[in-house]
Amino acid sequence: MPEYSASDSLPSDVFDIIIVGSGVVGCAMARRFAMEGARLLVIEKSGDILDGASKANSAILHTGFDAPPPGSQEHGCLVEGYREYLEIHARLNLPLLECGALVLAWSEAEAERLDSLLQNARRNGVSNARIIGASEVRAREPEVSDSVEAALEIPGESVVDPWSAPYAYLLQALENGASLARNCELSGGHFDGEQWQLETSRGHLYTRQVINCAGLYGDRINHMLIGESDFGIRPRKGQFVVYDKSARGLLRSILLPVPTEITKGVVVCPTIFGNLLVGPTAEEQESRSDASVDSDELHALTERGMQILPGLRQHSVTATYAGLRPASEHKDYQIKWYARQNYCCVGGIRSTGLSAALGIAGLVYRQYRDNGNRHQPPVDCRWPRVARIAETDPRDWQQAGNGGILCHCELVTRREILQALDGPLAPDSLAGLKRRTRAGMGRCQGFYCSAELCELTEGRMSQTLPVARK
Amino acid sequence: MNSEHCRVAIIGAGPSGLALAGELAQAGIDDVIVLERETSAGGIPRHCGHSPFGLREFHRVVTGPGYARRMVARAREQGVMVRTGVTVITIGPGIGPGRRLILSTPDGSQTLDAEKIVICTGNRETPRAPRLVSGSRPLGIINTGALQSLIYLKQRLPFKRPLIVGSELVSFSALLTCRHAGIRPVAMVDSQARVTAWPVAALLPPLLGTRLLLNTRLKAIHGVERVEAVELVGTNGAPERLECDGVIFSGRFVSESSLVKVSHLEMDAASGGPRIDQYGRCSDPDYFACGNMLHPVDTAGWCWSEGRATAASVAASLDGRLAASERKLAITTDSAEIRYFTPQVIALPAAGAITNPRAPHHQLQIRLQREATGRLVLRDGEHVLCARKIRARPERRVLLPLPALESLRQCQTLTLDFQPA
Repeated sequence: MPEYSASDSLPSDVFDIIIVGSGVVGCAMARRFAMEGARLLVIEKSGDILDGASKANSAILHTGFDAPPPGSQEHGCLVEGYREYLEIHARLNLPLLECGALVLAWSEAEAERLDSLLQNARRNGVSNARIIGASEVRAREPEVSDSVEAALEIPGESVVDPWSAPYAYLLQALENGASLARNCELSGGHFDGEQWQLETSRGHLYTRQVINCAGLYGDRINHMLIGESDFGIRPRKGQFVVYDKSARGLLRSILLPVPTEITKGVVVCPTIFGNLLVGPTAEEQESRSDASVDSDELHALTERGMQILPGLRQHSVTATYAGLRPASEHKDYQIKWYARQNYCCVGGIRSTGLSAALGIAGLVYRQYRDNGNRHQPPVDCRWPRVARIAETDPRDWQQAGNGGILCHCELVTRREILQALDGPLAPDSLAGLKRRTRAGMGRCQGFYCSAELCELTEGRMSQTLPVARK
Repeated sequence: MNSEHCRVAIIGAGPSGLALAGELAQAGIDDVIVLERETSAGGIPRHCGHSPFGLREFHRVVTGPGYARRMVARAREQGVMVRTGVTVITIGPGIGPGRRLILSTPDGSQTLDAEKIVICTGNRETPRAPRLVSGSRPLGIINTGALQSLIYLKQRLPFKRPLIVGSELVSFSALLTCRHAGIRPVAMVDSQARVTAWPVAALLPPLLGTRLLLNTRLKAIHGVERVEAVELVGTNGAPERLECDGVIFSGRFVSESSLVKVSHLEMDAASGGPRIDQYGRCSDPDYFACGNMLHPVDTAGWCWSEGRATAASVAASLDGRLAASERKLAITTDSAEIRYFTPQVIALPAAGAITNPRAPHHQLQIRLQREATGRLVLRDGEHVLCARKIRARPERRVLLPLPALESLRQCQTLTLDFQPA
């Protein structure tokens, strides 16, 4: 059974692997292990997958040009993750916007620092990076403010769909024998020298090995299961402002700032859906769940955006959101097998998880194999093709029988919504449906479609807008 | 992809689009198609389940839905084809004569070429995001439009004790809609010192058990799954926590001009709609615009009248009676008090050219930034062309009749000023 519904009881026999958490790392991990033939279960405490740190990011596929040096876990995983995404995205029908990035220098001092960034990029294996002058920046990005001095061009930086990529990884895992239990929160566990007994909100589970992909709760799961943790999670909030699709024409590339010691700074970039994104902030906080936005910070982001792209002034904000990055006190990822306890922790995946996830899964699997574990890979590995809703893709509104457009801003058809509700990994909340289809995510934020959407989804999700009937 | 042709394509079946279509049909122009993306025609009045609508148009008072039904029925009787469930995806120059629309229908995409295209896409309220309000993003945060659709069209309640943000006419509409459904708003807040709608409206919320909090700003929204509370800041600067289960962002209407923004047509940044001349013509003279997309927000009746008046321009343009302008005079303003005005361009036909019909925009329609008393002046350099004393509040329509075209022919510039009293 690929997914255990809320009413199913979970199996009591022994899994090869239980993965804790269905963020982007957990999804990629499940994919890798399922394709290697492991019998595995992913447990997720929330009612939806990708509901923690993976819910909100900048959706950039990083080359690793500014990553820690070769030899670090982050660099290795980024390089491998980037390469594997390029290899598999077409087979899974995942979009890729190869727009490249420019690190913009706004002063002579910043322009001088481009040299060391270029050296780092080359050191990290990004050989096609180069420094370009102000006139070339302007020719390429005519809307960028005139005060730009120079830029470092990184042609390989790209933009992906932050939702459908991990969704596809997990879907491929499920189609190749893995299973998923949502609303399944881990509360404790015991390793008897051969296997684990885990206590969850849905009963006891048994497994030979546990992989902790719990993101913002990674250190807590460590303490809960093995009584120690090499790191503590220090949630770092990043707020974003999304501009209307009318602003998309203002840029071609991802526009990055010259980073400082303290922060990577504010990025202006296109989204795969044809919006324009400004963010993130970087705010350390205690809470692992409070992703609230702050008016002053949002204003500051719009101001920064308008400094970089003065034309933004003519465009309106479509959405604001915040994500929580599971940073730790360490600069590098904290990926570690505890071989004697059949336990692996994948922690501190601070902000590059979307790019590195496939590489992280590869690294963890190789270590697992080196520990002497082998399985029989499925004979006919299945490659599901997921629905594509990127800006440049053919969309359902162009096809006959689409049921008509329900969300006018994002051009989402009734058929697309019904397919998401009836499909695998179906949403159970309005927020989940939005992530899968983008219905209600556009500039009107539901002014036109809320009522229709409520009617269409009634009785099919546990969390929708109406509280009563008139 | 299927393709079709018609003489006039009207985008949007609200009051202005339907009135315009009907008037064209009356004038003997057949082959007029109104495209409506919703599954039923009528526009915003469809979900305004309250009075008063229709005095100007039907000489009787009806509710919004009744008004919408009558408008649609009348247009159909007049021979207009109203097509619902059809979304215009893009507008742009067509191939050869005519102008091309790309449409999405339940049967897939198709093109529609028309000789003239009229954009009547209306306006909508500003949602939470562009207001950059702090806090979380729980369920229960909607605009009045969504509230009305839920209650009047779908008979569903999104909350029981919401907060209403704003005190425009539509905010009171939200209040009445709530009352109709048995919802008791906890408070109505506005950062202004006075109610934006009519002063007497301030009496209504207390009568309905809703606190009216002026000089008060919504600072943040709290809640995990649903709205649990809001944080308000009054004049003393101290935040106050108010328990509620929803937030209605009412008013601050903006032009629904997404089609125009990504088209070849020139935009007017101040109004958020396309730049038009006094005939309602866009920068591409085969395109016209009409209704609340030009001046958010006005009554259905006003839009209906404007639709009828604009029909004369479209009809004249179809048979070549609307002269191409010899010269275009842009109206400009430096006044910080003027939020927007329309039309932004005066088209001057050559002297002795074909006689144009009466322009639908024979007066400037203006909105002020804030409440003010003073004099509106249209001048050419130092020469005052027309002026009018006004006392106006924000979101209130202010009109300044334009001088006859003949008297503008010699003008070099047109500048609109507001001189405070």
